[in-house]
Amino acid sequence: MEEIYKRLNEVFRDVFDDDSIEVSGDTTADDIEDWDSLNHITLIDAVESEFGVRFTMGEVSGMKNVGEMTEIIKERGKKL
Amino acid sequence: MPNFYPFDPAELTKKQRSIKRALLSDGANRIKKKIAVLGGSTTNGIVDMLELFLLWQGIQPDFYQSEYNQYWQDAMFSEELREFKPDFVFIHTSNRNITDFPEMSMSSDEVNALLQNQLGHFTQMWDKLKADLSCPIVQNNMELPYWRLLGNKDCADFHGRVSFISRLNQGFYDYAAKTENFFIHDINYLSAQLGLEKWSDPLYWNMYKYAVAVPLIPEFAFSLSKIFASLLGKNKKVLALDLDNTLWGGVVGDDGAEKLALGQEVPMGQAYCEFQSYIKAQKQLGVLLTVCSKNDHENAIAGLNHPDGVLKPEDFTLIKANWEPKSLNIEQTAKELNLLPESIVFVDDNPAEREIVKGTLPVEAPPMESIESYIHTLDKGGYFEVTNFSEDDLHRTEMYKQNAERAKMQSAFADYGEYLDSLEMKAVIEDFSPINLARVTQLTNKSNQFNVTTRRYTQSDMEQVFESPDYIRLCGRLEDKFGDNGIVSVVIGRKDGETLDIDLWLMSCRVLKRDMELAMLDTLVKEAVKQGVKVIKGHYYPTAKNKMVKELFGDFGFEKISEDEEGNTLWELKTEGYKNKNLHIAVNC
Repeated sequence: MEEIYKRLNEVFRDVFDDDSIEVSGDTTADDIEDWDSLNHITLIDAVESEFGVRFTMGEVSGMKNVGEMTEIIKERGKKL
Repeated sequence: MPNFYPFDPAELTKKQRSIKRALLSDGANRIKKKIAVLGGSTTNGIVDMLELFLLWQGIQPDFYQSEYNQYWQDAMFSEELREFKPDFVFIHTSNRNITDFPEMSMSSDEVNALLQNQLGHFTQMWDKLKADLSCPIVQNNMELPYWRLLGNKDCADFHGRVSFISRLNQGFYDYAAKTENFFIHDINYLSAQLGLEKWSDPLYWNMYKYAVAVPLIPEFAFSLSKIFASLLGKNKKVLALDLDNTLWGGVVGDDGAEKLALGQEVPMGQAYCEFQSYIKAQKQLGVLLTVCSKNDHENAIAGLNHPDGVLKPEDFTLIKANWEPKSLNIEQTAKELNLLPESIVFVDDNPAEREIVKGTLPVEAPPMESIESYIHTLDKGGYFEVTNFSEDDLHRTEMYKQNAERAKMQSAFADYGEYLDSLEMKAVIEDFSPINLARVTQLTNKSNQFNVTTRRYTQSDMEQVFESPDYIRLCGRLEDKFGDNGIVSVVIGRKDGETLDIDLWLMSCRVLKRDMELAMLDTLVKEAVKQGVKVIKGHYYPTAKNKMVKELFGDFGFEKISEDEEGNTLWELKTEGYKNKNLHIAVNC
């Protein structure tokens, strides 16, 4: 789990070009200034590439915070 | 900085912000261009990625984006678009923008009418854009449909969407064939190449209204950027090729020509033959082929004379087969062809050689990993993207060869003037004409070194200059006893009362030191006097590449009027009492 957060954090820092970002399970779009709907698309794509997963439409629409994103990544990892 | 070709799409997407930051602060001198992107689906991510690829290729774009799916309304009516005065318009539509598809109940006539209706929607828009903006238009064709009601029959039956889209595309191509400055961005090919299943993944449409799947946007933007780069003269000109394990399998010096893998008998030999055929085909585009190989010269020639080889020694403009460092040979190649190193693509299977050359010179050297991937790697690189094709392109190799013969002869003369006379040079220097306008534009956008202002013109800019009475325009063609060099020099002067301001003065470097610039000057002054001009003003704007013409106007006898801290200089010449300077070229006889 910690490993997933570490890698996610790197992805966030790259996508928002901001090395001060520290994500946690509670992080939402409100916590990161540039996290708008356009950057969200880039973020999802970057997370998918990083972990080699594909989120379904339901998952993308339903994610409330970084914690939920992490849960999905973890679940997918189990199936592999 | 990541690789821009071949690139890792995921890396570019993820790091686009820091990459952009790095590119914008690298101090490179870029051409500024305004691009209007009119979208039938979301374009934001496409514009961001396109910007990276353009910056990388020396172009700094300023974008106008239509609101979501407002491409047609903007094209037809938007004042804002017209005020933006774009240098290029890109219309990003896809099969999502087809509003009516055939129904099974329709007759062939009804489907034809439907097709004409869909096509008319586009042609009407293109005509309007041409009339209002007169700038190049880049238009996506249509990707194939994501699903097929008729299965395999969808392509052959007029009710099928595959059939309908193919016919609509054909309508686009017919328009392109008869319209200058109209270019198709071939997403039909690109989506097939990358896989239609991935390309049209409905998630990206339903979630974000992207007609191209987000992970493929880098591929899309790269392909699109190649059209702009080509129109702005950024194409490469030379393929500098290694020999051993690049053009044939094996090492000719060790194995002997007869043992090389080349020819139809073995799979390896076949693959090398195919690669040689691919390289030979590039010559038809005017790409110059040279050899850059660590080999004894006679071994290199023996390999190139292999009976099953497709490429022969005479296909190459120059052959550098020696034991000097390749970076030196590439530099020498550029010098001898009077081209800049950045116009060379270096093709070598050895990663160490590629790294050394790339480390010393601004050349492209894509990874040649295994013979079966060579063609794909070069082809997808888009180094020689064709937008405008001129007659001269067909004869380029020949012209450069004639230059080599001239160089040989030069050494036989004691006096340079005597040598010039021996060339029996004849020039035709005249106003632009519809026939030579494409070549004039092409030369204008390619010339970097002998170019005082490095001003770039699109075909439509050039047409405007051509049609305006306010300009004196000259283009010069030079011929000598070895052959015709084609159009090699362009001068544009803008009249303002009794002064003539020189907007553009350039010459192809393949006719350096032939006094062609003097013949151009004589003709310009003569024409200027005829039109009542008393003073000719010349400008020199320094770039990283045009040092050779820093003193051009001074050498011409102009007087230097001013120089600013950036080295921009202004020069003046009084036309009264001007004496002709050209002694060696017969002009317009």
